[in-house]
Amino acid sequence: MGFYEEVQEIRARYPEGTRSAVLPALRLAQERHGWLSREAIEETADALELTPAYCYSIASFYDMFDLQPAGRHEIAVCTNVCCGLVNAQAVLEAFEHELGVGPGETTPDGAVTLRAVECLGGCSTPTLVAVDHVYRQSVTPEDVPAILAELAE
Amino acid sequence: MSETTVRVAEGPALVLAGYEGKPLRDLADYRAVGGYEQLEQARTRDPQAVIQEIVESNLRGRGGAFFPTGRKASFIPTPDKIAKPIYITVNADESEPGTFKDREIMLKVPHRLVEGCLIAAHAIQSQQVYIYIRGEYLAEYESVQGAIDEARAAGILAGVEITIHRGAGAYICGEETGLLESLEGKRGQPRSKPPFPAISGLYASPTLINNVESITTIPAILAVGPPEYAKIGAPPDSTGTRLFCLSGNVERPGVYEAPHGITPRHLIYDVGGGVPGDRTLKAVMMGGSSFPVMTPDDLDTPLDADSLGQKGYFIGSGVVTVIDERTCIVQFALRVAQFYMHESCGKCTPCRVGTRWLVQLLRAVEEGRAQERDLDLLLDVCDRIIGKCLCVLGDSAAMPVASCVTKFRDEFRAHLEHGGCPFGTDSQLARLFAPVDQHAHTPVAQEALV
Repeated sequence: MGFYEEVQEIRARYPEGTRSAVLPALRLAQERHGWLSREAIEETADALELTPAYCYSIASFYDMFDLQPAGRHEIAVCTNVCCGLVNAQAVLEAFEHELGVGPGETTPDGAVTLRAVECLGGCSTPTLVAVDHVYRQSVTPEDVPAILAELAE
Repeated sequence: MSETTVRVAEGPALVLAGYEGKPLRDLADYRAVGGYEQLEQARTRDPQAVIQEIVESNLRGRGGAFFPTGRKASFIPTPDKIAKPIYITVNADESEPGTFKDREIMLKVPHRLVEGCLIAAHAIQSQQVYIYIRGEYLAEYESVQGAIDEARAAGILAGVEITIHRGAGAYICGEETGLLESLEGKRGQPRSKPPFPAISGLYASPTLINNVESITTIPAILAVGPPEYAKIGAPPDSTGTRLFCLSGNVERPGVYEAPHGITPRHLIYDVGGGVPGDRTLKAVMMGGSSFPVMTPDDLDTPLDADSLGQKGYFIGSGVVTVIDERTCIVQFALRVAQFYMHESCGKCTPCRVGTRWLVQLLRAVEEGRAQERDLDLLLDVCDRIIGKCLCVLGDSAAMPVASCVTKFRDEFRAHLEHGGCPFGTDSQLARLFAPVDQHAHTPVAQEALV
């Protein structure tokens, strides 16, 4: 199914005349394009019969939408208080060291985007790391090379 | 890479009833522990009678506001009074730092959440339920979607539609009107109230908004009987059990179901095994990061709304995060303030600008660039935020910061006298990175006032 048709299916889940399909449609566009480029936003706007400006105003509000090119994989390290109390900073630094990039940056080969994120809701098993949106609990700095090796496969 | 501990610590198993280590993900497993029986019985009763039962149980919202759930439902007009659809939205945008209970409900007992939705739908005569789940929760989304699909295939939905709407990363969408805006496809910026959602909520229609745990508790209330439920915990106001989220510097963190009235000391030391290395407990992030921190002298305060309220604390979303002696409290306040600065939606000036002020001042204290008068300025800024915005996000930044300055003033002073952080790099939160808005074009100016 094409993008346009899929968006129409999403729209059908919500009452007619509402804009509720914007978030799911933008997520779909991001999954297809890897990030929300100008073209991806325009395509989404067309399918939703909204303006690109409106769609951009939504995309720019939410943290999970990438308005810049992102890596093929995403590593999101929780650095809020609960993980912070139990060594999240060391986990983040281990990723920085192994990847050679800082939080918010993508490796030069476009493989991995590293992010530091706010509380992911895994406070009892710090440090929580979301690898391509799949939660890894109780991650220590020692686990970092193995996680990256998995992604390289 | 260990699993989250989820168990009943004390008292009757209600929300977690039937869960004994193995998630009740399959319909057959859930039915084996009496699942969907309460729904079946409730559907034979008058909708108003079901609302009355929830009122009788005195269930209060588990998302943080502690508003009586039954009363909220009773505000919804009946279909004969209004020519609009009536909606239920379940708040599964669990994002309060330290909170991880709704996630475990969705993973361990997803059918109980679905049953709760359907009972609530019968009570307020709604045909459409939206579950707004935070975008980061992927496994949780799949778990609940699986339960909905199974219930639909078994004919349990009986004409009620349950739709999951996934968020995209914004703490503010946990605020009820921010959630509605987001669900309507807008930026998640809170609305001015009134009108309240019960009258004009989603798509300007009557809308009941409840937290995942509140909704999931409803089948459990009907199972034990509302009068019996109202006797559990700390009646009359804090009835029943709740899922406490124990984390931080504690031996056995986890989600523990226990009646209201359990003390933090019991929860931390007996259930949780105490502070690792026999270190001294310095403070507790009580209720969530949005509330005043608890000092060790209050560890025997029962965890119910009244007892906590008398001492200026809040039960919030049931968070108990232990902070031990190695943590610099200024760094803690700074990291908390950074979170709210990042998450402020920008609609109200006191919050948008005030949270930046808090971060700047706290950073100045931490780096030894502040003076005594800056501590008063911090409290003054807090005072200029609290109660002055459309929603409580600003208050949520100001309350913990003000409590840290007030209760740990000596430690703040030590920073001034020492010309920097007396902990050096030994504090657990030292150098902890805080995310900034990835969409901003000038990252350097993130914390600067504009």
